[in-house]
Amino acid sequence: MDKKPKHRYVGLEKRKAIAGYLFILPFIIGFAFFMVKPFFQSLYMSFNTVELGAGKFDMIWNGFGNYVYAFRTDPEYARLLTEELLRMLVYSLAIIVFSFFVALILNQKFHGRALVRAVFFLPVILSSGVMLGLESNNSLIASLQQQVEEVTTGISITDGLQTILRTTGVGVRAFEKVFEVIDNIYDVALASGMQIIIFLSGLQTIPKSMYEAADIEGCTAWESLWKITFPSISSLFLVNWIYTVVDFCMRSDNELVEKLQKVMIQNQNYGASAAMTWTYFLIVIAFIGITSLLLNKVVYYND
Amino acid sequence: MTKTKIKKESFWERNKKSEGYLLKKKLTQIFISITRFILLFGLCFLILQPILNKISVSLMEEQDLYNPIVVSIPVHFTTSNYKLAAEIMNYGKAFTNSLIISLTIAILQIAVCTLVGYGFARFKFPLKKFWFAMVMLVIIIPPQVISNSLYLHFRFFDFLGIIKLITGNTLNLRGLKLPYYLMSAGCMGLKNGLYIYMIRQFFRNIPNDMEEAAYVDGCGMLRTFVRIMLPEAKPIITSCFLFAFVWQWTDGFYSNMFLGTTTLVSTSISRIVDSLGAYMQRILGAKVSISVAQSNAVLSTGTLMVVGPVIILYLFAQRQFVESISSSGIKM
Repeated sequence: MDKKPKHRYVGLEKRKAIAGYLFILPFIIGFAFFMVKPFFQSLYMSFNTVELGAGKFDMIWNGFGNYVYAFRTDPEYARLLTEELLRMLVYSLAIIVFSFFVALILNQKFHGRALVRAVFFLPVILSSGVMLGLESNNSLIASLQQQVEEVTTGISITDGLQTILRTTGVGVRAFEKVFEVIDNIYDVALASGMQIIIFLSGLQTIPKSMYEAADIEGCTAWESLWKITFPSISSLFLVNWIYTVVDFCMRSDNELVEKLQKVMIQNQNYGASAAMTWTYFLIVIAFIGITSLLLNKVVYYND
Repeated sequence: MTKTKIKKESFWERNKKSEGYLLKKKLTQIFISITRFILLFGLCFLILQPILNKISVSLMEEQDLYNPIVVSIPVHFTTSNYKLAAEIMNYGKAFTNSLIISLTIAILQIAVCTLVGYGFARFKFPLKKFWFAMVMLVIIIPPQVISNSLYLHFRFFDFLGIIKLITGNTLNLRGLKLPYYLMSAGCMGLKNGLYIYMIRQFFRNIPNDMEEAAYVDGCGMLRTFVRIMLPEAKPIITSCFLFAFVWQWTDGFYSNMFLGTTTLVSTSISRIVDSLGAYMQRILGAKVSISVAQSNAVLSTGTLMVVGPVIILYLFAQRQFVESISSSGIKM
């Protein structure tokens, strides 16, 4: 009857299909219980007022009350949200650019390359989890740092440039963001360990012969960067971009995340916390989606 | 006319080039490597400096911290900071707890993730694309999104209403380690989606022949996996295990949520300055304000004590950490 029969799993194929499902079964179970259920419950919770009782919790339908609360009543949320999103955008861009150039350098041959690679990868381990932002979490030391910064403002790397550009007054806001990133190059370097390794892994797969051929044809290094290196690893830009944005949301020095935890655990306001988390999450997902689509347009697949 | 001119020029250049070109190339190379050295040295220093700084601060007595002449080498050398930090953090207990939990969690997570990764890499089954998309989703969804719901989920734990039916009440699993182990067994622990992805990528690069030979010889699927594929995948499993261990060691998010009552190095380091205040108050019997210098010294020491074991691990297993990722060939 139908000309194109549906693919049927029979014999060994069927056994393999069953085995495949058995292998990924832990994931399916875990996904259903610890992801899907909490995921929808949390969404539902954001429209409710949650009241804890003995041995149970009640949800009272609240409509968009929690969302209204998050944006209009809560003094900090709207400000933190915009701040963190802007920071995410700026830092993710900086991290991608930084890690790409470091990967380019580390891909060259020189003495002590293994050592340098090890050092650059160290932050992936050291600045994970609670280690990040230990100093800033601590009010005493944070105040000290502020004092030190006030005293030593002249030390800022970009200070000289900054004063010159400020007085001319061209695009001050944009410049300030750039300066901020450069002054915080330490944070950028700390967050880009994984990305460097991913870029490196891509760079190593580009055959040397391509560069040699280009060189013989009279291609400059700058041209071969754009014509060979970029297209070959463009898909990794996408991977790294997503990784960076997601990683940023999970950093422990993310003030917004701290705020969400505070609302949940200290204020016991589960509904509002859910609403705040969901707005944040939706914006981030939309951001990832849109930027990935845009990036996907420029990504060159060599299949 | 013009043609001959170009020809002439290139000839003239070539004439000279045998020496001039070489010199120029050599000079550029030296220039590049010097620039590279300065750049890399600076960046490496940037990354290492905080650790070096912490080491020197941790060995100083309080008076050295106020002394503007002392920068990195202490005048009054002391190890008392370590004793103090160890006592405040309850280091011995925290260390063993962290070690046990990180080890068991890492083993559990990687065992499950290996199974799942292998399933995704080697079998064809209906809805495979869908499930893999779900793995991607797990990587992308920040755990914060579901944290509030999970919190209540385990606060009032029930399995399909069975427990309530028997005991008439739900279980409070908060503060117990069980929920986190359950989550790890279901691939929903810290960054588990990433491990699944990496392991799948690795398995996909192994040629099919060996497996097929095993099947032809009548080896079952599970046995093929255990006997043939697992030994092949040793490098990626080791590195994922190391990651799982280290990230669990320093993790604050899941530890705070599920293991709040257990003393862990990661949770005690984030509270160390407050604990220092409480400790001083207990000893002196009166509320004292702690100097910035002292709290800084204790914090630095504590941080070192937390990352110390991890750094040592990294020094020994550095290759496994770095190489396996670059060899797994991450692609979209």
